[in-house]
Amino acid sequence: MTLILTTRNDAVKTIANHPIIWFARRILSGVAVVWAAATFAFAIQCVLPGDRAQIIINVTSGNVGPASSAELAAINAKYGFDQPLAVQYGKYILRILHGDLGESYQQHRPVAGIIAEQIGPTIILAIAALLIAWIIAILTTLFIAGRDNIWSKLLNDTQVFLATVPPYWLATILLVVFAVKLRIFPVIGGNSPIGLVLPTLALALELSGFFGQVVQNEFTRVLEQPFVTSARARGMSDFGVRLRHVLRHAALPGITLSGWALGKLLSGAILIEVVFARQGLGGVLVAATSSRDVPIVSGAVLISAGLFVVASVIVDLTYRVVDPRIKLT
Amino acid sequence: MLQVRPKPVSQQADLLTVDSLRVSFGRDIAEKAVVRSMSFSLRPGRCLAIVGESGSGKSVTARALIGLAGRHADVHARQLSFDGTDLIGLNDRAWRRIRGNEIGFVLQDALVSLDPLRRIGKEIGEGLLLHGAVSSREELAQRVIALLKLVGVPEPEIKAEQLPHQLSGGQRQRALIAAALALDPRILIADEPTTALDVTAQAHVLALLEETKTRGKALILISHDLAVVSRVADEILVMRGGEVVERGTAAQIFKDPRHPYTRQLLDAVPSGRPRGSCLSPSTIVRSPHRQTQPPVQSLPKSRPILLEATSLVKRFNGPDGTLRAAVDGVSFELRSGETLGIVGESGSGKSTMARMVLALDEPDEGAVQFAGRPWTTLAERERRARRRSISIIYQDPLGSFDPRWTVGRIISDSLSSEVETRRKRQERVIELLDMVGLSQALLDRRPLELSGGQRQRVAIARAIAPDPAVIVCDEPVSALDVSIQAQVLDLLSYLKDHLGVSYLFISHDLSVVRHISDRVIVMRRGRIVDSGATEEIFRNPQSEYTKSLIAAMPRLVRDEQIGHSATILEEGIA
Amino acid sequence: MSMFAEVTMSRPLKEVLAIVRHVPFRVAVCLIIIGLFALAAMAPKVLQTHDPLAIDLRSSLQSPSIEHWLGTDQLGRDLYSRVVEGAGQSLAIGLGATALSMSIAIVFGAAAALSGGVFDSILSRIVDVLFAIPTLLLALVFVTVFGPSVLTEVIAVGIGTAPGYARMIRGQMLSIKGTGYVEAAKVLGHPFSRIVWRHILPNAMNPLTAMMTIGVGQAIIWASGLAFLGLGVAPPAPEWGALLNAGRNYVIYAWWLEIIPGLAVSAFALSVTIVGRHLQDRLEGKR
Repeated sequence: MTLILTTRNDAVKTIANHPIIWFARRILSGVAVVWAAATFAFAIQCVLPGDRAQIIINVTSGNVGPASSAELAAINAKYGFDQPLAVQYGKYILRILHGDLGESYQQHRPVAGIIAEQIGPTIILAIAALLIAWIIAILTTLFIAGRDNIWSKLLNDTQVFLATVPPYWLATILLVVFAVKLRIFPVIGGNSPIGLVLPTLALALELSGFFGQVVQNEFTRVLEQPFVTSARARGMSDFGVRLRHVLRHAALPGITLSGWALGKLLSGAILIEVVFARQGLGGVLVAATSSRDVPIVSGAVLISAGLFVVASVIVDLTYRVVDPRIKLT
Repeated sequence: MLQVRPKPVSQQADLLTVDSLRVSFGRDIAEKAVVRSMSFSLRPGRCLAIVGESGSGKSVTARALIGLAGRHADVHARQLSFDGTDLIGLNDRAWRRIRGNEIGFVLQDALVSLDPLRRIGKEIGEGLLLHGAVSSREELAQRVIALLKLVGVPEPEIKAEQLPHQLSGGQRQRALIAAALALDPRILIADEPTTALDVTAQAHVLALLEETKTRGKALILISHDLAVVSRVADEILVMRGGEVVERGTAAQIFKDPRHPYTRQLLDAVPSGRPRGSCLSPSTIVRSPHRQTQPPVQSLPKSRPILLEATSLVKRFNGPDGTLRAAVDGVSFELRSGETLGIVGESGSGKSTMARMVLALDEPDEGAVQFAGRPWTTLAERERRARRRSISIIYQDPLGSFDPRWTVGRIISDSLSSEVETRRKRQERVIELLDMVGLSQALLDRRPLELSGGQRQRVAIARAIAPDPAVIVCDEPVSALDVSIQAQVLDLLSYLKDHLGVSYLFISHDLSVVRHISDRVIVMRRGRIVDSGATEEIFRNPQSEYTKSLIAAMPRLVRDEQIGHSATILEEGIA
Repeated sequence: MSMFAEVTMSRPLKEVLAIVRHVPFRVAVCLIIIGLFALAAMAPKVLQTHDPLAIDLRSSLQSPSIEHWLGTDQLGRDLYSRVVEGAGQSLAIGLGATALSMSIAIVFGAAAALSGGVFDSILSRIVDVLFAIPTLLLALVFVTVFGPSVLTEVIAVGIGTAPGYARMIRGQMLSIKGTGYVEAAKVLGHPFSRIVWRHILPNAMNPLTAMMTIGVGQAIIWASGLAFLGLGVAPPAPEWGALLNAGRNYVIYAWWLEIIPGLAVSAFALSVTIVGRHLQDRLEGKR
C-alpha cells in the first residue's frame, strides 16, 4: 500500500501511520495465511491416494472391500466429488466462510462441531503452559542469569536438557513420579484444576527450556550495555538494575518467540494429552489420523493456522507496547 | 531508598584525592594492571582532564572512582578518598549512597547510555527517586523539567515524555548530563562526552560542561582528543599504558610538551598543520626498489575530470512516513590527481552520496559520469568491468572483510585477474603490503587478529590493488586513535603522490579534511552550502553554516585564531 | 586453486578436525555416547545380552535386575537388548528425516534469500504458511494421507520440520547477503555468482553444520513421538518409538517399559545437541 506523499503534508502523514491502517494490513495478511492454509487443507483431501469415495466407504463400513459402482456414485454425488476441481474448491471456500469445515468420514458429524467440542481443554492447557513457562523464565533470569556462579551453570544445563528431551518422556516421568509413586496428584485428572497441574508442568518445562535460553542470552548481553552502567552510576542496586532496566529488554525476544511457541505447545499438547489421558484435541486428532479421517485433520490444520495468525497479531501488538521504538510497518 | 545526607559547606580543600591508584584484572598470577599508578587531586570549580588513546586506562580510572571498574577488578591505592571518606573497600550500600548523589557520571554516546525503552523524564528522575530526594510526583516532574531547562534542552515538557531515539545526538547527551546532575553532585565525571557528536553539538556540550564548572562543581573529563579538552580543562593529565606521562595546564602542555608521547600526540592533530606535512613520526620503512613511480608532479587546472556528478537526488522514506531527500540536487566534479573533501554532519547526506558515486544505490534524479562515460545510468552488467577503477575505504574495515579469509587472500582477491600465476600474485600482494607499511608476516593472519590501524592499512592495500583511478574514503580515520590516524593520513598522502590516485574524502572532522583536501565541499541536509579550494573555504567561508562549523571546531590553544564570532547553529534533527 | 577445491577444503572440514583436538570433557562424553549408539545401530549383537525377540513368559514384566539390566516387557523379552536392536532403525529414520528436511530447507531458504524480490516473497509466504501449522500436525497430515509406515514417518517428520529450518537458513543467508564484505566484493566488480560461491555459501556452512547435527536429535524425537501415538512402525520391530507406544499401557506398574526407551531417545538427542552446540560455539568463536 503506497501512499504518494508530499514532504510537508502532516495530515497525510498521520493517515499513513495510523494504527488502524496497520491493523487492517495485518488482518489482511492474516486472512491470506488462513486462505493459503485452507487451500493446503483442500489439497490434502484431493491428494489422498486412491479413490475418495472408496475411502469414505471403507472408513464408514470398516471393510476394505471394493464397493459397487452405485454406492460409489451415491457418495460422489453426496460429497460433490464428480464435479470439476475448481468448482469443488470454490464450494469448499464458500463453506468455510460459513463455518462449515466439512464432515468427518467416520463420525458423519460436522468437523467444526467435533473440533469445537474438544478444543477447549487443549487451549486451556496451552495457555496455562505458556504462562507458567514465562514465569519460570522470568524468575530464573532475574535471579540467576548473568552471574558467574554454579547456579547459573546448573540453570543453563537444565534448560538445554529441558529443551531437548522429548516432551512425552518428561510427561511420563512426572506422571510416574508424582502421580503413581508419590500419589500427590491424580493419575487421571480430568478437567479439574488439580488434574491440570502435571500436564501443564510437563508442557511448560519444555518450553521454559527454550524461552530460558533465549531470554537469558539477551539478558546477559544487555547487562553489559552502557545504559545499565548509567543506572548503576545513579546509585541503583544490582537487583534494581535487573528488574527495572534489563528485564524489559530481555523479554523482547521472548515475546517474539511466543507466536511460534503456541505452535510448539499445540504439538506438545497432543502428546501430553495422550500421556495423561486427558480430553482434548489430541485424542481426536490421533484417532482421526489412524482411521484416515481426512476432514478432521485438514479442519484442524485450518483452525491451527487461524490460531497462529491471531497469536501473531497479539504478539506484534504486545511487542509494540513493550518496545515503542518499532514503527508500525 | 537511600537517605540524602546534608552536604557539608564546600571548602577549598581537595574534594578528591587519588594517590597511586592501581587497577588490575585477572584472578591468576599473571594479572594485567590496566592502571598502574595514577595520582591526582581535585578541587571544586576545577576541571581535570585525562587524555589518552585506547588502552591507556583512562576509562577504567574513571570507573574506579565510582566503584564500577568491573566485577573482576582489583582496585588498590595508597589513598583514594572523597571529601574525607575512604573509597577503598567500600561496601555496595555505601557506594550507592555516593553514586549519583555526590559523584555523577556521564557516559558517551547517549543513544546507548540511556535506556532506549524508557522516557527521558523517567531516566532523569530515576536518581531523584532512588535517593529519596522528592516527596511527590508533581515535585519529581517539576525537578525533571527544571533540569532539562538547566542543560538547555528546548521544549523540556515535550522532550521529557519522549524516548532517546526521538532526540538529536546533542540533546540526548545533554539529557544524560541532566540525569547525572539531578542530585547536585559535587563531582561530575564525563567519559568521552562528545565523541559521538557532531561538531556543533560537541561545542554546545562543552560549553555546558564549562558552565557546570563555573557553578562550583569539580569536573573530571576523559577524552582522547586534546583539542576538545583544551577549552574546559584547568589541568591535563596525559595517560599512556596505565600511567601519567605528563601533566600540566593546557597552555603548558601545548606550548612546551616535555614527554615525547605528548609531542607525538600534539603533532598528530591535523588542525593548524600545513597541508602535506607529515603528521606522524615516519616509521614506515619501504624497500627502495619496490617503489612504483616517482612522485607525480602537480599539474595545473587542465587535469581531466574523473568524476562528474550532476544534480544528484536521492529520496528515502523517513521513519515518520514522509519522503525525505537525503541528497537534494548535488553537483560536483573530481579531477585527476586531486583530493576532494566532503564535509558535513550526520544527516548531511554525504554517505548516501558516496554510495551513489560507487553505483551501489541508484540516484532518483541526476547522474554520475566516470572518466567521461556514463556510470550510474549503465546496466550493472556493463558497469562491472569498469568497477575496478573505483575503490572504497570504509570507516570500519572489519565489516568489509570476510571473517574467514586471511589478509593475503583478501588482498589477492582484489587483484586483477590478469595476473595469472600464483607466484606473481603472491609477489604483488607482498608489494602492496610493503607499500602500506605492513610486514609479510601478516599474510596468514585474519582481520580479527589485527589492530585497528593494521586493519585499515589492509583495507587500503585492498583498495589500491586493482590500480584504481579514484578511491572513495568514507570516514576512513574516524574510528582510529589520534596517532594511528596520523599514520593513516600520511599513508594516504604518500600513496596519492606515488600512485597518482584521486580521493573523494568524506569526513565530519573539519581539521582532517582541511589537512588532506585540495578542494572542499560542505554539505548540509543534502545540499551543498559551500565549495571551493580548501584554504578559501576555511579562511573565508561564505555560508553561515560553514562559519558556525568552523567556529565550533575544537582547536589547540596554540593555533592562530580564526576570528569568527559566529553563533553556532545546533542541528535539531528529530 | 579452483573454486571448487577452495570451498570443499574450506573451513568446516579443516575446522572440525581442529576442534576435535581440543574437546572439553562433557563433549567427549557425549561423543562416546553417540559412538555407542552408532555401534548399536551397526552391530547390535556386540552389545546385546539376550535375543531381542526371545519370548519368555515366565520372566514377564520384571523390573531391572542383574539378569535383565533394564527389565523385561510383557512377553518376557529383555528390554535392554530390544533397545539396542531398535537403535539402527531409529537412527536411520532420524538421519533420513533430517536429510530430507535439510534438503528442502536449503533449497527453499537459499533460493528465497539469494533471488530476492518477488520470488523471495512468494517462497517466503509459502514457508510462512507451513510454519503456521504445528510440526506434529503437519506430520499427522502426511500420515493421514499416506498411512502409517516407516517411509511415511521419515517423510512426515522431514516435511514437518522443514519450514522452521527454511526460515532459519533464509535468515542466515539474508544477513550474510547484507554484510560489508559482500558489498565490498560488489564494489570490486565481482559477479553475483562468484560472490555466492566464495562468500555467501561458505559463511553459511558453519551454522548449517551445527543446525544439522542438532536436527538429527530433533528428528528422532519427532519420529518417536509419532510412533508413541501409534502412528509409526508396526510391532514387533523394537524400534524405539514402537517400544514407547507399547509401553504406554504398562506405565503404572511397569514404568521401565516406557521410561527406558524414552531415555534412549533423550540420551541420543541430548548428546547430539551438546556436540552440535559445541561445534557451533567453536565455529563461531573462530570468526
